[in-house]
Amino acid sequence: MTHSIQVKDLTLDFGAVSVLKKLNLDVAEGEFIVLLGPSGCGKSTLLNCLAGLLDITDGQIWIKGKNVTWAEPSERGIGMVFQSYALYPQMTVRGNLSFGLKNARMAQSEIDKRIARAAEILQIQPLLDRKPGALSGGQRQRVAIGRALVRDVDVFLFDEPLSNLDAKLRSELRVEIKRLHAQLKNTMVYVTHDQIEALTLADRIAVMRGGVIQQLAAPQEIYNRPSNLFVAGFIGSPSMNFLHGSTIDGGRAFQLQGTRLDLTGYEGGAVGTRDRAIIGLRPEHLTVQDHAEPGQTIPAVVEIDEPMGADSLVWLKAAGAQMSVRVPVEQRMAPGTTVHLKVDIAKASIFDTASELRV
Amino acid sequence: MADLSATMTGPRGAKPRRVLSGRNIMVYGTLIVVSLYYILPLWVMVMTSLKGMPEIRLGNIFAPPVEVTFQPWVKAWSEACTGLNCDGLSRGFWNSVQILIPSVVLSIIVASVNGYALVNWRFKGSDVFFTILIFGSFIPYQVMLYPIVILLREMGIYGTLWGLVLVHTIFGMPILTLLFRNYFSSLPEELFKAARVDGAGFWGIYFQIMLPMSLPIFVVAIILQVTGIWNDFLFGVVYTKPDLYPMTVQLNNIVNSVQGVKEYNVNMAATLLTGLVPLIVYFVSGKLFVRGIAAGAVKG
Repeated sequence: MTHSIQVKDLTLDFGAVSVLKKLNLDVAEGEFIVLLGPSGCGKSTLLNCLAGLLDITDGQIWIKGKNVTWAEPSERGIGMVFQSYALYPQMTVRGNLSFGLKNARMAQSEIDKRIARAAEILQIQPLLDRKPGALSGGQRQRVAIGRALVRDVDVFLFDEPLSNLDAKLRSELRVEIKRLHAQLKNTMVYVTHDQIEALTLADRIAVMRGGVIQQLAAPQEIYNRPSNLFVAGFIGSPSMNFLHGSTIDGGRAFQLQGTRLDLTGYEGGAVGTRDRAIIGLRPEHLTVQDHAEPGQTIPAVVEIDEPMGADSLVWLKAAGAQMSVRVPVEQRMAPGTTVHLKVDIAKASIFDTASELRV
Repeated sequence: MADLSATMTGPRGAKPRRVLSGRNIMVYGTLIVVSLYYILPLWVMVMTSLKGMPEIRLGNIFAPPVEVTFQPWVKAWSEACTGLNCDGLSRGFWNSVQILIPSVVLSIIVASVNGYALVNWRFKGSDVFFTILIFGSFIPYQVMLYPIVILLREMGIYGTLWGLVLVHTIFGMPILTLLFRNYFSSLPEELFKAARVDGAGFWGIYFQIMLPMSLPIFVVAIILQVTGIWNDFLFGVVYTKPDLYPMTVQLNNIVNSVQGVKEYNVNMAATLLTGLVPLIVYFVSGKLFVRGIAAGAVKG
């Protein structure tokens, strides 16, 4: 596997505050990596470091086998797309697209060729002679992508490119970015706080918190086997249900308040006996039924029923905690009824309370 | 239905207001009094400048001229004497123009680059640099008058127009740098980043990205500098020689000459002539000038 980007022990301090802590990241050629995390986790900072817009404190950055740690942004073989589009307001779309190429002293004929190609790929030919002020948000972001495209670079960096768009446009452009990636096969690093964008676009997701990558894996892996409590809680909407208890019988069962869950079929490491543990259950991995099955179900009391069109979200009280369960929309439940939640143990996650890591 | 017809025939439109309400009388009364207070001196000056000396001696300073004459204006511009020169204010006017243009251009160029660098190309100690620069605007000019005389003398430009230009440029620096720094930091940072990714350097970004977006603040800076430098008296009288005195200094010399009869009409005309440049700037710039005052609010 050839590496497109290698980040080695990257550290960045702002004064006394450490924003990135000895961060390592290898991105394969043609891979679509999404950096995901809450605000302030360092994901945009990492992207700015890759672009060369921030001077790092320690570590190295390699792009395409070249050490670019101290190279100028324009010499790194990257193109970047910003959240606010950052189009030059006084230039036409054509001027925006050609600005970087002119700075590189490229021949006019080559510039024209590249603009024509980018305009065709992004379908912005009719807009070329307009100013950014006369474009809609979606069009502006297309032009911003075009500005990265004409540079003919190996690596695309996206800094929350869809956050300024309304929901409908966002999903349209999301599909378009995915199509673009399939067509161009460039390496792409994409920063977002939107987990839907991350799950739909990424080959691999890097979930970040506090300047540290918590987990780097394929979207399904992150969704099904979150490596720790933070990742488990951050991915998924509504988020995973966490129930506190302990593992007993050498890890063969999970003891909740008055309920015992059989752990046969759990996909993970050796559970062992733990005094304090947390079991994480996604709302869609639980089913509601009216009869108990020993070792398989948790009794619960219905609190609120929220029909959401395609399915319905039921909020219940179980084992001393609030839980949510996704059920078919026709399965209506009256508040106050006692039901039983059947657990799909193969899709559950068990965390050690002290270390917060998945076992 | 009865209800409906009742609402149809009832009063319609906005609630009527009384023109002579107590509030209106207070507000407009105050405004009129204050306007009169400010307009009266101007009225007196314009009227006096259009009268001949005999009419002035009658003492009705508020009365419009019976016989309108422009002779005082001509005299103030081209005949009034200061010392040995009897070519009126025109000499001072051209001196002022020669001081004004390079001072305004130079100070704005340097300050805009300063502000741009302080926002976008932050270097080690840039905050300290900025603080020192701003601190400069709090030191009274009088403290620095004599040291600067020595500096200019050592540089060999004491008593020349270029010496005064240099002084104006330096003293304009703190407020203008602050002005430009504040403006540039209000521009989106991502534009600067995008331009860097596009391979533009320090000057490339300044000229091709920042300058075209900064017209309003340049206009504000020009207004501040033109009015400030034109109205300057202290630096003009200290750092130039009689031949090169700016218009304000020459005006003072004309008005305050102790020999002969006080020619009030000429004095008034000379004063109005000197004030014409800032006046025109105020009238032409209008809204922009208010923005300038707001942007440079620290100037007080």
